[in-house]
Amino acid sequence: MDKNQAASDQPSALAKPEVLMRLALSDNGFVFDPVTGNSFTVNGTGLAILRRLQHETDLARIVASLCTEFDVVPLAAERDVIEFANLLRNAFK
Amino acid sequence: MSQRSPWVKPVLTPHRPGGMNKFGALRPQLHQSELDGVAIAPLLEQYGSPLFIVSEGRLRDNARHLRRAFSTRWPKVRHGWSYKTNYLGAVCSVLHQEGAWAEVVSELEYRKARTLGVPGSRIIFNGPWKPAAALEQAVLEGAAIHLDHLDELFAVEQIAQRLGRQVPVGLRLNFDTGYTEPWSRFGFNIEAGAAMDAARRIGTSQWLQLTGLHSHIGTFVLDVRAYAQQARIMAEFMEAAECETGCRIEYLDIGGGFASRNALQGLYLPPDQVVPGFEQYAEAIVDALSEATRGRAALGKPLPVLVLETGRAVVDDAEVLVTRVVGGKRLPDGRRAAILDAGVNLLFTAYWYNHDVRPLQPLEGLAEETVLFGPLCMNIDTVRASVMLPPLNVGDALVVSPVGAYNNTQWMQFIQSRPAVVMVMGDGSVEPIRQAESLQTLTELERMPNALRPPFSDAM
Repeated sequence: MDKNQAASDQPSALAKPEVLMRLALSDNGFVFDPVTGNSFTVNGTGLAILRRLQHETDLARIVASLCTEFDVVPLAAERDVIEFANLLRNAFK
Repeated sequence: MSQRSPWVKPVLTPHRPGGMNKFGALRPQLHQSELDGVAIAPLLEQYGSPLFIVSEGRLRDNARHLRRAFSTRWPKVRHGWSYKTNYLGAVCSVLHQEGAWAEVVSELEYRKARTLGVPGSRIIFNGPWKPAAALEQAVLEGAAIHLDHLDELFAVEQIAQRLGRQVPVGLRLNFDTGYTEPWSRFGFNIEAGAAMDAARRIGTSQWLQLTGLHSHIGTFVLDVRAYAQQARIMAEFMEAAECETGCRIEYLDIGGGFASRNALQGLYLPPDQVVPGFEQYAEAIVDALSEATRGRAALGKPLPVLVLETGRAVVDDAEVLVTRVVGGKRLPDGRRAAILDAGVNLLFTAYWYNHDVRPLQPLEGLAEETVLFGPLCMNIDTVRASVMLPPLNVGDALVVSPVGAYNNTQWMQFIQSRPAVVMVMGDGSVEPIRQAESLQTLTELERMPNALRPPFSDAM
């Protein structure tokens, strides 16, 4: 597997869209998981990432999209997205 | 000037409305899809449902935890693995690899231990019935024989005399700790003097030598003070027997009975709050034993080896049972019921535990009080009388735990055959350790008289 191939495969490990799709999200950051009954509060940046992860599995596209909406450099956004996706994976199984 | 929003590190904060209170804690998760990192669903496809799954890693961790708790407090500790708790060969072998001796209570179990490669000298032979042939084998192989009654004492003496050798024996004791119901049916009673009578009789025999004392105060004992009292009483009897008969007691075997993290029916609080850890048991036992044996060193007597026969607390949470929903119905009182392909035929412990039951996969929908019935055409076949579960459909799988203690020994070949057992190994691989039974298992020992063979008459 070459590096580009590996890079394009990487986003699939970010989070499972089908899991995140079941979440009920409100615009002011209330998150409800109907499977477990657990609820959460997410801040604005987290909500933006979460909404993108519901539909998008490509890390590069998510980062590019975030950079148009937020005042952030791609590397910093990428780092936070990877970390936040891990948090989501563990919170919603 | 940028129109973009400021970037703040993303944060997700869980709400904890049902968090810790004095009655319990949040459940960490509402489903279980893996065991030791191995996905359960493919195993169910491969080996069929129901399916027992044993964790080698948890078994070893528990055995090491037990040993560490005691060996850091008492100089000489021995663990005898209680075969009756789970005598699947692979389970026993894991524990023997961890240094445990075999603690057996029948000729069958003795022979199984020998078949697994355990030398007789590492077998503790308990139980109320040890047939003559098994006793002789145990004598010849140097097993630790714990005498249960006078007939057995005389039987061993006769074997020893016939073989022309002095045989070391242990005495099973029973007594009242004040904490648990005395199990007076096993061994010799201390308060009534029967234990000292037996010790004296052994003391006068040229063929027997009293070297050990054994007792077992109960099962699922939640109060560690019971063990402290047991240790005091046994140490006191040890001093008295040594003084009176001149014997030298080499070990005190305190049996088993430590509780596992299972929810005993009738207990209001969850296991995490009422079940003592190995350290708490060890602390109580060793403190009492240290106090009671303080004078031995001054008299030049060595401290006895402390023998544990812990079974349930070592194996219970190392095994789960995965079962599928095969049907559902509404009971007349409105409760929802689900019928599973595993019942009390496989879960003997369902009679006294409220096992933890979780869906294999996340299931959507509000949890509702549910009764879980097994597949037997018997009214007693109830796995859980009441458990909160989301809506269940045919084919949904449930994970029942902990089930490692007593189910693989007390399961029944009744109406249904017994399923496969697999072990998740320490390296993440999965090994079958017992095949699923078939119709042939049921019939292979039967013989059909010729006069009873078909064809059958259709006359009524």
